[in-house]
Amino acid sequence: MKHHLISAADLTRDDALLILDTAEELASVADRPIKKLPTLRGRTVVNLFFEDSTRTRISFEAAAKRLSADVINFSAKGSSVSKGESLKDTALTLEAMGADGVVIRHGASGAPRRLANWVHGSVVNAGDGTHEHPTQALLDAYTMRRRLGDVEGRRVTIVGDILHSRVARSNVLLLTTLGAEVTLVAPPTLFPVAVGTWPCEVSYDFDAVLPKSDVVMMLRVQQERMNAAYFPTVREYSRRYGLDAPRMGMMPQHALVMHPGPMNRGVEIAAEVADSPRSTIVEQVANGVTVRMAVLYLLLGGSEPAIGTTRMDGE
Amino acid sequence: MSAASVPPHRPSPDGDVSHKSVLEAPDIRRALTRIAHEILERTKGGRDIVLLGIPTRGVTLAQRLARRIEEVEGHAVPQGSLDVTMYRDDLRMRPARALGRTELPPEGVDDRVVVLIDDVLYSGRTVRAALDALNDLGRPRAVQLATLVDRGHRELPIRADYVGKNLPTSAKETVRVLVEEVDGRDAVLLEAGT
Repeated sequence: MKHHLISAADLTRDDALLILDTAEELASVADRPIKKLPTLRGRTVVNLFFEDSTRTRISFEAAAKRLSADVINFSAKGSSVSKGESLKDTALTLEAMGADGVVIRHGASGAPRRLANWVHGSVVNAGDGTHEHPTQALLDAYTMRRRLGDVEGRRVTIVGDILHSRVARSNVLLLTTLGAEVTLVAPPTLFPVAVGTWPCEVSYDFDAVLPKSDVVMMLRVQQERMNAAYFPTVREYSRRYGLDAPRMGMMPQHALVMHPGPMNRGVEIAAEVADSPRSTIVEQVANGVTVRMAVLYLLLGGSEPAIGTTRMDGE
Repeated sequence: MSAASVPPHRPSPDGDVSHKSVLEAPDIRRALTRIAHEILERTKGGRDIVLLGIPTRGVTLAQRLARRIEEVEGHAVPQGSLDVTMYRDDLRMRPARALGRTELPPEGVDDRVVVLIDDVLYSGRTVRAALDALNDLGRPRAVQLATLVDRGHRELPIRADYVGKNLPTSAKETVRVLVEEVDGRDAVLLEAGT
């Protein structure tokens, strides 16, 4: 049996809580004089990034290094991939190098699942197309738990480009598993067709949802994935679905503002909101390293992984 | 031990595991009181000591020792917990396990006498891991070890400075320490192997 973290749906409630609890204990490592644990000594983690991503790659790299793993970074630009190598051949190369864990970011939805069939190590999805980004959802849940005490029963509103967002999908799945109520808000053109089957509420009216939200998570408008006109102008989008100071005033006193980054100030979030004390945007980055340490430890630290239940057949 | 010798274990009323109680609550209380006095004697009043318990039951024992030392000397003793999971040498033999809590007192461990407290001293591997963990947290002036039960069978050159009870065991047996705060009662049980 092989264990991977490909979808937030792979995680049971117990798995998710184990990751968050482990992260809680690992958080103190960042405050120590020696920010390193010997746990993954001798293990190799390959960061396989087919899409540009600075923060996620650096976050995984820092997490693996704090656990003393050897890290190999592989980015598609200037590699054998740009010379026409297929994902499978790349995977077999990694296999030959003895990777214990592969962290993959790929532009095509489903690429990590394919990869999991070809390598022996654990595969961690660091974002695949418009599909999923489970460690982002875990760090968001962790950030909520640290700030609000508990995720269960909290009302979380996710606003923006749901159609192109892997963060939204992973968050809906994970937060529902953890007992939160999720509401998605976007213009009708930016919802995926099947959003009705997701375990969450859907709304087009941001102002109506704001006063009942414990957390408001803003998503970036992914211009690079947009090959059609989803809304008339950026200015109009920003007026109706952007979080500015008056809108933040409509939120309850304790409510948080989150953003997975990178953010476009002035589009989906106003600068004064992003820099307010209610914003957890910088915390989310720090928490990302901690949560990814927990995931790598639980997947690679023992004789067999302690989380994730994906079983891959047809080896 | 030959089969002819008197069986030391009686079957427990609830099942197939036979166990016998080696220490009861009053014995544990007396042992901890004695260890508290020994620590004070050895450290000349315990002015610069830090008690660090190894989770789970070592932490409870550390709290109790800190209380006793305070009763005797009249000053509070910093105490905390030290989780050694990430430093164990047998991590790859079992699935990754949940972590315990590491909580250092605000005084830290630098230039202090750290007394590590574990419930049972057996192979010595936990203590080895604790020494490594401590090394990443600071530089104590000295490290000492207290244990409620020393059951022998050391696999590393490690010994305890303070021992509640030396308990000769067979490697097949299991020693379990129960503490009121976690298990609802105080006892040390010796369970026969299967």
